[in-house]
Order: sequence, then structure tokens, then C-alpha cells
Amino acid sequence: MSARLLVEAAGPGVTIQDEGRFGLSRYGVTPAGPMDFGAYLTATRAAGADSAIEVSLGGAAFRAEGATLCVAVAGGEFDVRLDGRPLPAACLLPLAPESRLVLRAGPLGSWCYVAIGGRLDLAPTLGARATHARSGLGPKPLAAGDALRFTVAAPPPLEPLGLTAPWLASSGAPVRLLLGPQADYFAPEEIERFLNARWRIGARSDRMAYRLEGPAIRHARGHDIVSDGVAMGAIQIPGDGAPLALLADRQPTGGYPKIATVIGADLGRLAQLRPGEDLSFRAVDWDEAVAARRAFFTAIETGATRAPLPAHVTTESLLAENLVGGVVNARD
Amino acid sequence: MEYVKPRFLDCGEAALSVEFGEGVDPVINARVLTLDERLRAAPPQGLRETTPTYRALLLRYEPLEISRDALIAAIEALLAPVDIEAKLSQPAARWTIPCCYDPAFAEDIDAAAALLGRAAPSLAQLHAGADYRAYMYGFAPGWCYLGGLPQALAIPRRASPRGPTPQGAVLIGGALALIAANPMPTGWYVIGRTPERLFALRRDPPFLMAPGDAVRFEPIDAGTFLTLDARAAAGETVARREALQ
Repeated sequence: MSARLLVEAAGPGVTIQDEGRFGLSRYGVTPAGPMDFGAYLTATRAAGADSAIEVSLGGAAFRAEGATLCVAVAGGEFDVRLDGRPLPAACLLPLAPESRLVLRAGPLGSWCYVAIGGRLDLAPTLGARATHARSGLGPKPLAAGDALRFTVAAPPPLEPLGLTAPWLASSGAPVRLLLGPQADYFAPEEIERFLNARWRIGARSDRMAYRLEGPAIRHARGHDIVSDGVAMGAIQIPGDGAPLALLADRQPTGGYPKIATVIGADLGRLAQLRPGEDLSFRAVDWDEAVAARRAFFTAIETGATRAPLPAHVTTESLLAENLVGGVVNARD
Repeated sequence: MEYVKPRFLDCGEAALSVEFGEGVDPVINARVLTLDERLRAAPPQGLRETTPTYRALLLRYEPLEISRDALIAAIEALLAPVDIEAKLSQPAARWTIPCCYDPAFAEDIDAAAALLGRAAPSLAQLHAGADYRAYMYGFAPGWCYLGGLPQALAIPRRASPRGPTPQGAVLIGGALALIAANPMPTGWYVIGRTPERLFALRRDPPFLMAPGDAVRFEPIDAGTFLTLDARAAAGETVARREALQ
């Protein structure tokens, strides 16, 4: 059965993402894919989707056409409303043709995933549907008036349900990283300075890179390296000493030293920070990084727990019952 | 300078860089491409993707399927001696890339020539007379970096980037040459333009050259550029490929 999702409104940076455009980095192709892979997987698994719409701080509004869609929402603590009724920030819902789903930036988080159960009827570009706006690969960023066609299979739930996904909880805990690949371009006291600093996400941050504001990190051996491949989460120190965390839309190769790389389990937590928010780092070893990765992906594999909502839901009651995506704000 | 033994550098827990030496050098790059070839022919469990660059191979892997130590052991088993001289003298293919150096198509050729203290036609002649090696793609889809630029054409990169390059821009910067498929701002100098599409989404294959291929530029005039450009736009490959293996 075929149905359509109509985009009624879309702020800047609302894009279609799948897991990413892999296998072509050797030709200069950026993988793109979701900024918060854990939230993406949570939403796509809950809905039975093959891709998701990544919504940024500008928010978005959607309507269904032709059939009731099974929609899962997860990522950050966005303000999610179905026909004006507030829902938990992580939820599974039926989107009937006469209904309207509105997402707006909430108290926390930069990226929210809207996954539609079924298959997105859209031809892949170089093997993927992920949008990489800078190179023009994949679908264009979504705008009001766009319509996406889906082949739907699984029936939607009868009522909206909360999704409990503790692995998406925000936390003020340091973002863990592995030093390298070019930590040897920095003196030990500069690495200490990097690890001990309190960093702030800069205003000019986007899917390509987050600027980190704090002390300048000086190079011991110059700031030019022979360009090499760049992994997701690499922290590059350009000539001005201001670190850049390179994320989903990063260039596939780069010519500045990379002091460290954020571990997979903490990439989503970093991505969900907003300009103006603070963070610190903690270096771990490979074994600890892999243990964290195993715990993170095992939890996602088990899937989010579905929880019925109270009869009269308000934002206040959601917060009181701690149903906002099972999120605990440990920041304060 | 090539290292005695490659260095293994963690790029997080799910990627590993195998670095073969310092600097941009055909021998080091041939080591990178040899390991890349061998890993692609028999990928270890858990290996997801390899990205060859000038002097290093980046391996993306799933550490829940293969440990770092097991991956390194698998790589070391593939580092068996290779006849680098033979490898360098036998690229898989040689490309002849038509290139128009007419200032109407080579926006920065006069500026670059002035910086290098020679006339634009002599710059073009030197550039077209050299043998290049495709080292790697990077920066953006279909941006192919070439070694072999004559020493006399080595040029410092701009302090701040110029506006977007035209499609098919042929550039120089530092000690390297570059063919840029799609428009992007750059700190390099546009000294020519090729009608060939190094990257065309609807062509099979979408990317033309492979790292390690030999490359030459063939000067064409503005009229020929327009003719070939129209043919390339219609999907024809206007560069010539000579298979050498």
C-alpha cells in the first residue's frame, strides 16, 4: 500500500538520511548519514523504517495522505505535538490523513529523527538516500510543499505510545575519545590542556563540523600534515588552534592534525549539543571504547520499550512522569 | 621518506590508519595502493571500507567483529614484499586528458604565471609536457590529486580561497596538480579546464580514473574545448584511456 507524507513546514537543515553513502570515500564521496546514529536507529527500528527525516532546530510539520502512517520520533528533547497534543520526545504514533505532526526545538538536543514505517520510494544516489547538501548528492533538503511516497506494510499503533530509550539520555558526563591519529603533533602539556578544558560549541557549527571554543591548542610540529582520511568524530586542530569536531558531512580527507577521535558510543551525545552549550572530554583506551560501543549497540538492538500514555497528557505531566524519551537530565 | 615498518594509528575504536611514510612520494603511495588492493581482494571479517590517500590507508572496521590486534595481524600478513619499481613502471592505465589553457577557460593562468615568473604559454607547455600519477581523490567527489608537477610549477597556495572553480578545472597548488570535478572554492590556481567529467552521476562507472593511474594532459584550443564539452555533456568519455595491464 502506498501513502504520502506531506511536508507542511520545514526549517533549515531538514534532510532525508539513511545509514550513509559508504564505499565511495576513495573517490572523495562523503558518507553523510545521521548526526545521531543511536537516535536514528531507535526511530527507524521502532517504526520499521529504512530511512528517516532528520529535523534540526528549525523544526518541521508533516501531514499524511492516502493512509495512516506509522511514525516514530526520537532524538533530543524536541517539542512533539500531534494535532496540538503534546507527546513524549521519543514516541510512536499513527499519523492519520487529517492529523498534523509538529516538531519544534525543545529544551535540549539539536537533531530529531522522524521515521515512517515501510519503504521510502526514492531512487538511491550512488547507493544511498542520505542527503549531502554540500556536494548535492542525495535528495535536496526538504521544504514546505514537498511530498514523500512510502510503501507501507506494518499497521500503525492505535494510539500514540511513549518510547523509553535510556541510551538517548542527555548527560553532562565528559565525551569520551581516543587520542590520535596525530596526537604526536602536540606536546604532552597541550594534550593535557585539551583534555582539561571546558569547551563551548561555537555558533558556526553544522552537519560538517562543530567548532569548539576554549583555549587555543598549539601544535608542536606545525599544522600541515599530508592529507589523509578522516573518521567520523575526528577532532582536527587547524592553524588557529581552535578545534573542529568533524561530523557526518565532513570532507573525506583533511590536511590538519587530528588530536583525538570521539568514540562511537558518544558521537550522538556530542552531536545533540547546541551552540552555546558546554562539554569536556575524557580520554579512554581502545578496550573501554569498545566496551561502551558494545553496551550502546546491544541496548539499541533490544529496542525501545513502548509505554502507554496517560489519558490527559500535558508537557508538565510528561516531565513529571519522566516520559520524555526516558530522558534524565543529569546536566544540572 | 618511507618508514621501515608502517605505523598503525587509531582513529577512534572503529577506524585505523596505516601510515607508510612521510611526505608525498610515489613509492609510499604505491605501498598504500598495494595494501588497499590486497585488502579488497581478501577483506578480513569486520572490515567495512578502505580509503587510500597519499601515504596512508584508512580502514573503517567494526570492532565488535574484529579486534584491533586481529586486524593489525591481518594487515601484517598482507605486507609481504612488493616489487615497487615494477609496480610504479606498470600503472593499470594511462589517461590522456584534454585540457584547454586558453585564459578564457584558465581563469588564474596569468596570475599563476606572474607568480612563477614566466609567461602563461610556457606554464601551459610545462604542465602539458609532464607525466602525472593519480595519487588520490579527496575534498569533494571526483577531485583527483596528481603527483608529477614539474618543480618549476610548484606554487604556494593562496592565503584565502578563490571562488568556486569551474566544472573540470585543472589546478596547481603546492607541488601538486589537481583535476576538480565539481565547483568548489579552493586555495589553488585554475590553470586550465578539461571538458571531461571525472565524475558523472548517471554514467557507469561514475568515476573515471583510479588512484595509481598515469595521467597526461593534451592541450586543446577553445573551439575543441566547446566541441568536446558538448560531447561530454551528452555522456561520451572524451579523455582517452589506454589499458597497460
